[in-house]
Amino acid sequence: MATYHWPPEDKRTLIGKDVSRVDGPVKSSGRAKYTYDLVRPGMLYGYSVRCPYAHAKVKSIDTSAVERMPGVKAVLVINGPGKEIFWAGTDVVGVAAVDEPTARDAVRAIKVEYEQLPHLVLSEKEPDLGEAEKSEWYRVADKETTGDPASAFQQAEVTHEGHYGTPVIVHCCLETHGSIAEWPDSDHLFVHISTQNVPGMGEQIGKAIDFPASNIHVHQDHVGGGFGSKLGVDPWGLAAPQLSKKAGGKPVKMMLDRAQELEAAGCRPSAYARVKVGAKKDGTLIAWDSYSWGTGGIGGGGSPPIPYLLTQTLPNWQKQHVNVINNIGPARAWRAPNHPQACVLTLCPLDDLAAKLNMDMFDFLKKNINLFEPRAKVYSEEMDIANQLMGWKDRWHPRGDKTSGTVKRGLGMAMHTWGGAGHDSNCDVNIHPDGSVEVKIGTQDIGTGTRTSILLVAGDTLGLPIDGIKLLIGDNQYPLDSASGGSSTIGGVSSSTYEAAVNARSQLFARVAPALNAQPEQLEARDGKVQVAGDSGRSLSWKEACSKLGAQSIIAHGSHHRQTNTDLTGSGVGGVQMADVSVDTETGIVKIHKMVAVQDCGLIVAPEQAKSQVLGALVMGVSYALYEEKVMDQTTGVMLNPNMDFYRLAGIGDVGELSVHLMTGPGYDERGVIGIGEPPVVSAGAAISNAVANAIGVRVPYLPLTPERVLEALENANGVEGEQA
Amino acid sequence: MRAFEYTSPKQKQQAIGLLGTQWNDAEVLAGGSDLLSLMKDDIVHPKRLVNVKEMEELHGVSFTPSRGLRIGALTTLVELSQTRNAREHYPMLADAAGDAASPQIRNVATIAGNMCQRPRCWWFRNGFGLLAMGPDGKSLVLQGDNRHHAILGNEGPAYFVSPSSVAPVLIAYGAHIRLFGPKGARELPLEKFFVIPKREGEREHDLRPNEIVTEILVPPAGSAVKSGHYEVRQKEAFDWPYATASVLLNMNGDNVRSARIVMGRVAPVPWFSAEASQALVGKTIDEEIANAAGAAAVANAKSLGRNKHKIKLAQVAVKRAILRAAQGGQA
Repeated sequence: MATYHWPPEDKRTLIGKDVSRVDGPVKSSGRAKYTYDLVRPGMLYGYSVRCPYAHAKVKSIDTSAVERMPGVKAVLVINGPGKEIFWAGTDVVGVAAVDEPTARDAVRAIKVEYEQLPHLVLSEKEPDLGEAEKSEWYRVADKETTGDPASAFQQAEVTHEGHYGTPVIVHCCLETHGSIAEWPDSDHLFVHISTQNVPGMGEQIGKAIDFPASNIHVHQDHVGGGFGSKLGVDPWGLAAPQLSKKAGGKPVKMMLDRAQELEAAGCRPSAYARVKVGAKKDGTLIAWDSYSWGTGGIGGGGSPPIPYLLTQTLPNWQKQHVNVINNIGPARAWRAPNHPQACVLTLCPLDDLAAKLNMDMFDFLKKNINLFEPRAKVYSEEMDIANQLMGWKDRWHPRGDKTSGTVKRGLGMAMHTWGGAGHDSNCDVNIHPDGSVEVKIGTQDIGTGTRTSILLVAGDTLGLPIDGIKLLIGDNQYPLDSASGGSSTIGGVSSSTYEAAVNARSQLFARVAPALNAQPEQLEARDGKVQVAGDSGRSLSWKEACSKLGAQSIIAHGSHHRQTNTDLTGSGVGGVQMADVSVDTETGIVKIHKMVAVQDCGLIVAPEQAKSQVLGALVMGVSYALYEEKVMDQTTGVMLNPNMDFYRLAGIGDVGELSVHLMTGPGYDERGVIGIGEPPVVSAGAAISNAVANAIGVRVPYLPLTPERVLEALENANGVEGEQA
Repeated sequence: MRAFEYTSPKQKQQAIGLLGTQWNDAEVLAGGSDLLSLMKDDIVHPKRLVNVKEMEELHGVSFTPSRGLRIGALTTLVELSQTRNAREHYPMLADAAGDAASPQIRNVATIAGNMCQRPRCWWFRNGFGLLAMGPDGKSLVLQGDNRHHAILGNEGPAYFVSPSSVAPVLIAYGAHIRLFGPKGARELPLEKFFVIPKREGEREHDLRPNEIVTEILVPPAGSAVKSGHYEVRQKEAFDWPYATASVLLNMNGDNVRSARIVMGRVAPVPWFSAEASQALVGKTIDEEIANAAGAAAVANAKSLGRNKHKIKLAQVAVKRAILRAAQGGQA
């Protein structure tokens, strides 16, 4: 089997070059059609009865009023009598009707009786470990000890203990979840769906409704945000095909409204902790002890990987984690699952420890840089660049801005890691005798610039401009790719596309070589020509070269498998971020002046789009640091802010100046292509929290850093003057 | 959204006839920026909508030095913010209108709609009623996350805050509101238009189901007047303020002859603070005086449990609005 290597830097014509996003114009002009926008012929509208209680058992369902209701074409019981419901907003009965108002009327006419059961929807309060071990609301999920933390703390010359945390937030996809399902005939299901997982959706739906996955056609052109919440099939995604079947195969559109989206389409688990850290006087970190808790919803869910970045290197540490089993909606992957939480729970206490040591956090991290192996060198290089971009060393001051006035300014930093190796991917590259080229790959562009990246790789390899290539993605009838999760897409699609394009090019060279009186190995494809390398006299235009194919097109395949040892894609990145903030100490309002993000992601295929990923992550980071929180009502069990008035996202005026630097060149490029979608969102929360602490001299324990939390922290600090960390 | 009948009368009398005698018979449709959300969320479900936008006499803004500003009910927030006479003679009104919500909303939302918009209480918007009583008759607000709820006028059972950031400005300027109903026109000081409901089913405005707002009248500000408005708002744009304060100072040289201080988003109605206004009389404004007036404004404020920060924020809003007025230009 051939081995493949990226071309050396001086041979790359498109890979690593700045180009505008190929779907930018259709998206910004509204011509791009999302699943939400589509209207299929004869389409019906689906809607569902949703349980108003956070925990209940369905007692009875009476659909008699709608079975004869004009315009109602199908009714489907999703959770029948006896079924237990674990969060408010759960679908109980689905209906399909000729229009949306009729569907809503039908939903109101269905009578469901519930037996209400006790619920828990909060998670902020520290659970007592003894009670947690006995309570149905808690599960001790993780107890781990490395070395001898007790004696390490005895040797510690400076210790710090504090509370830290970050609440449940949601994905808030601007295009809500949902699909349109239809049966062209009884043996075939056709689904348009808003998803991060075009290739896997057929199998997931097929399994759930007991229908062969091979007969399920899935298509999606664009998706308006997923962030990890659109990887699996949802109850409404299963209701649509079943309602369609009942309605004689007519298309049924089932898209969530805004409230459902925020209530039931996924939660990022909360994470809170009491953390104790210990160091030597010189700043050497020697011990960690944490008691953490957080919600993963009813399933529990994982525990954040704390002490973040240190579990393999810190000699003495222990932790206990308790899952809060509550009724808030499903836990779902949210851009770098568990990492933003772990980063807050680790880099914030370390920042407090550094302050107690009278050390600059920058120096503290450098002092302990060996603990951040295997990426110590990456972090160290990135810190130096971030320092220059932020002017950290010139501007940093010890805890508490001592200048006069009510507005205090501060700097904070944090760092993070992620995997990002390429996923399994297959690609076909077809070259036709008329010179046209098609690239087919069953992936999806979840807004990251996947289309642009694939075209850059194919164009670079074939010596063609990207507008000379037709790209087909977003369909499970194209060569099998994988879900876009874990920042795995770019590594997968760039590898399979490159292999397919190289294979296609080899076949073309073999067919064209005789016409140029050359051996195939002597040929190169460059600047729209096929020529003998080093002899521009022996050259054919791309079109002339392809005409030598006669009547037969080239169909070449490329595939990447995770297990295969390849240097096309790699894994494991580091990033450093810094924040510059102001805090109005009278109002508690935090304003971002500037964010700096320095990120590595191996060989960069599409720098403009990679940079966009970091910019978007910083906006999202500011948003969860300052504003976002799923607010639940313990009395009624419902989400109080399932709207964008009070589930607040940062606006463009709130994010400050965003400065992004991507690591490239020796030490980075040769690691292959690595995903960048998730890592840059990890550090922003901790960096901003640390900047606020640096500005006002006290830690605001929990995100988001709202006026109420900032004022409370200031008030508490004033009450115990001189005791601040 | 439930089905409804749509009507679009050209005359006031016709509109009154089309409106019902009970809430939920009909609702007035002007800009619709709040009403459509309420209908989509099934919080209100009128059988009929009465579109008032075709009534010419409800449009337009005019100004005379002797009578002041007359704002037609259908004037949009963006029109008001860009009207020269408003900018010149009532700068804090133009600023507050130009700073509310988002550009998209300001383009359609009307001044009368801004006065009549419903509270943003998150229990109300989730269908638990304006007074948010639980099934056991206990207030959900008192038991739950009341971080955005009232710190003044919060004896209950209403705990929501009046949503408008423009109404307190108009009240500071001494505006009146004119209504039209079956018995003809009536006029009342704007602060009397806002009422605190005592039981579920009552509304937070002195407006009957078959009345419409026709205009808002703002008296001449006078030459010895200074004004200042301050909103404590976390986000730069499109965010509900934690607290607002609108201050009108009638000056006698460097001394305050009289003051009108109105707070927004702190009580179920725009909150005129007699205590804060009185604290400035006869004083020359400085930081200390302004701070004392801020403290007076919240002297009777009371936390519901999770909203203590709003007491501090209201105090700061008052202080900063006073200082802004003292430092700023005329009117």
